[in-house]
Amino acid sequence: MVLATRSDREPSLPRTLWGSTIGKKAVMAVSGLIMLGYLVAHVAGNLKVFFGPEEFNGYAHWLRTIGAPVLHDEWMLWIVRVVLLASIVAHAVSAYQLSRRDIKARPVKYAHKRARASYATRTMRWGGVIIGLFVVWHLLDLTTLTVNPNAQPGRPYENVVATFSTWYGNVIYIVAMLAVGLHVRHGFWSAAQTLGAGNAARDRLLKTLANGLALALTAGFIAVPVAVMTGLVS
Amino acid sequence: MRLTLRVWRQRDAGAPGAMTTYEVDGISADMSFLEMLDTLNERLILDGEDPVAFDHDCREGICGACSLVINGDAHGPERTTTCQLHMRSFADGDTIDIEPWRAAAFPVVKDLVVDRSSFDRIIQSGGYISVPTGSAPEAHATPVPKADADHAFENAECIGCGACVAACPNGSAMLFTAAKVNHLNVLPQGAPERESRVLDMVATMDAEGFGGCTLAGECATACPKGIPLPSIAAMNKEWLRATRKGRRS
Ligand code: HEM
Ligand code: SF4
Ligand code: FES
Repeated sequence: MVLATRSDREPSLPRTLWGSTIGKKAVMAVSGLIMLGYLVAHVAGNLKVFFGPEEFNGYAHWLRTIGAPVLHDEWMLWIVRVVLLASIVAHAVSAYQLSRRDIKARPVKYAHKRARASYATRTMRWGGVIIGLFVVWHLLDLTTLTVNPNAQPGRPYENVVATFSTWYGNVIYIVAMLAVGLHVRHGFWSAAQTLGAGNAARDRLLKTLANGLALALTAGFIAVPVAVMTGLVS
Repeated sequence: MRLTLRVWRQRDAGAPGAMTTYEVDGISADMSFLEMLDTLNERLILDGEDPVAFDHDCREGICGACSLVINGDAHGPERTTTCQLHMRSFADGDTIDIEPWRAAAFPVVKDLVVDRSSFDRIIQSGGYISVPTGSAPEAHATPVPKADADHAFENAECIGCGACVAACPNGSAMLFTAAKVNHLNVLPQGAPERESRVLDMVATMDAEGFGGCTLAGECATACPKGIPLPSIAAMNKEWLRATRKGRRS
């Protein structure tokens, strides 16, 4: 017996991934994990603020010279920026497209309302939008210094203190960091399921890890504004 | 028992529908939920009204035909099928809301009956194994490790009712598709089509207009057969593996 042969070529891997709900979710998971890795490094760096202006500003300067003399000034910084930008775009576009699809797949609501577990799903969508807006504000505040009250290039310590000396600076950062915690809590565990790492035996471990990461990030980031507010850092 | 029912009535797929209120009396706590609806329908027929259309077949919890959202829960308050739900789960004087499965891929046919042929098309695209027909093979010819057999059986319990889709805030069919994919993919009999099965079934699932998975977990809570949420992660793993390896059949 001769089997029918396929004359049509299989679609390329990126096309298969992007064209499927599972593949798109995998793109979301991987880009989210890249950003999560960045946040862990970021929170650790932020905590250097407790060692005073020389050490914190020196650290910020070192970030610009990583890889020297192989890499030129700021090259590493720009590599990280490009990877993060690509991750943000991939994450946001896949989240938007999948959310649109999900809403369309359930056009009629039930007449009998009850508190559904769409709680996590809704928090992820709103939380994502809040974090996105925050990142824009954050870059204007501490990278371009456009909205920073101190705005001294090369002196991030003084700029951070200036930000957290305003009431709105504290409110914006603390609200955003709570959103980050909630986002990471569902997001990390979710990414593990999407990438096929979840199973019944590992579920407790993954949930504990997700909660631990979320708590460490939120507490670590919020420690800085709290320290400025209480005068511990000035 | 005396009950107030608010039932979704819709003449046909194109007509607008509405929740309609009925009073029923003389309901015994030992009746099944469907017998309670039979009681209502007998009276409606005697009154010359159109009886409420709902799906049912085995009434034993094994066929997957019955499908009602009762007070917002797919298959009602107990973890079982609607046909195996009994009126003792309700109290005298209760008001009960009865609605059809809601999902874009499950359009309403009439009243509480929805068209679930999208599930059939998912099965047709890969939920089978290719074997020569003829006499049954010797049962010991293909040994299956105990853990694999258990995993396959756990997923094979799915009766295709669609409660997972009805309960999901995204109208996603991931739990159903995962149950079917895992059931065959862990067994040696399913191995020849291992990659094409998961790729094709997921592609059909997407094409039918089901939503994606956000791991809300409502599906596994509603499933009358206890298909576990990690089945979805197992299918994701199979799908990612198949995209890397490419189809072999
Ligand atoms: C209280 C919380 C935070 C503080 C105090 C903080 C502080 C800073 C500071 C001082 C910089 C500039 C570093 C430099 O000039 O070398 C920076 C950069 C950055 N932060 Fe944050 N950050 C916080 C939270 C976050 C969060 C939650 C995100 C992401 C969701 C984030 C994303 C970024 C990015 C992408 C940059 C790099 C900008 C660039 O140089 O390209 N930050 N942050
Ligand atoms: S997974 Fe459960 S809820 Fe979904 S179709 Fe199968 S038996 Fe029904
Ligand atoms: S009627 Fe067969 S499962 Fe309910």
